[in-house]
Amino acid sequence: MHELGVAQSLLEIIEQEARPYPGARVTRVQLRIGKLSAVVPDALRFAFEAVTLGGIAEGASLEIEEVPLRIRCHLCAEEFTVEDPFMVCPRCEGVDVEMIAGRELEIRSMEIENGDKTG
Amino acid sequence: MEIKLVKDILAANEAIAAHNRELFTEKGVYVVNLMGSPGAGKTTLLERTIEGLKDKRRMAVIEGDIATSRDAERIAAHAIPAIQINTGGECHLDGNMVREGLEQLDFDGIELLVVENVGNLVCPAEFNIGEDAKVMICSVTEGDDKPLKYPLMFQVSSVLLLNKTDLLPHVDFELERFRADALKVNPRLEIMPLSCKTGEGLDTWLRWLEGHAAGMGA
Repeated sequence: MHELGVAQSLLEIIEQEARPYPGARVTRVQLRIGKLSAVVPDALRFAFEAVTLGGIAEGASLEIEEVPLRIRCHLCAEEFTVEDPFMVCPRCEGVDVEMIAGRELEIRSMEIENGDKTG
Repeated sequence: MEIKLVKDILAANEAIAAHNRELFTEKGVYVVNLMGSPGAGKTTLLERTIEGLKDKRRMAVIEGDIATSRDAERIAAHAIPAIQINTGGECHLDGNMVREGLEQLDFDGIELLVVENVGNLVCPAEFNIGEDAKVMICSVTEGDDKPLKYPLMFQVSSVLLLNKTDLLPHVDFELERFRADALKVNPRLEIMPLSCKTGEGLDTWLRWLEGHAAGMGA
């Protein structure tokens, strides 16, 4: 539901990063989105298409890597990839765990074409 | 050409939230971000909270809604400073909206600021506003499956208020299952069942809030 706002923030980052390359077009953007984040990839794609219309990133492909939820149990000193969003160690069932991945909402890289670097 | 980045997409919001946070610390005000579904009882809880605490803590309220100022009017009737932020369609408050709201609010001497977020169990969880604590409110009429369906909100909250417990005999809501699921999602969650209608359980919440709001500015 807030994917439009996320797409807008994403576009702002893209435009800022592309500023040193006047005339460039952004052709590909790679994201990492955690399984627990409240963003639906398809809704984000749709919103991204809408906000990029007429700009430097129009038509850019959006590659989204979904990041599974990973937790670390301090007691077992081990890390686990988990399906359910439970902060409970699958081995010892203790709750002295921390989330180490799964909430990402990151831009990893972008591909640009025909840009001349200035400055 | 590929440009490597590794940037948090919501970094701009995080920066504004951090700025709000500094302002709150400087003013010595404890800030609660109150979140929950539409109809869970956020505004009613606020009214009960004001009745219970306004002689003990100087309070102010920011009301977030997509449209209308009905909630701010309800709060202002209790004679505490209240302002309304209309998000104009956005499903959550973000750091910037709260910052703009703060510009209208004279909070010198205010000890406790409650920000009532837009009614929604998903989006508000993703946006920090610079608060001290996120508090969520659920009601028994919504069903006991919410911790598994909306885990992020349960995960980021410090306190979970379960409202409308007076209706428990009339609905299929397994309190123990709800509690167990919520704690699996967030083992540190403080769960407080209460009824804003009958007042049952409200004292636990008021004690929690009074205690936390006291720790600031001293």
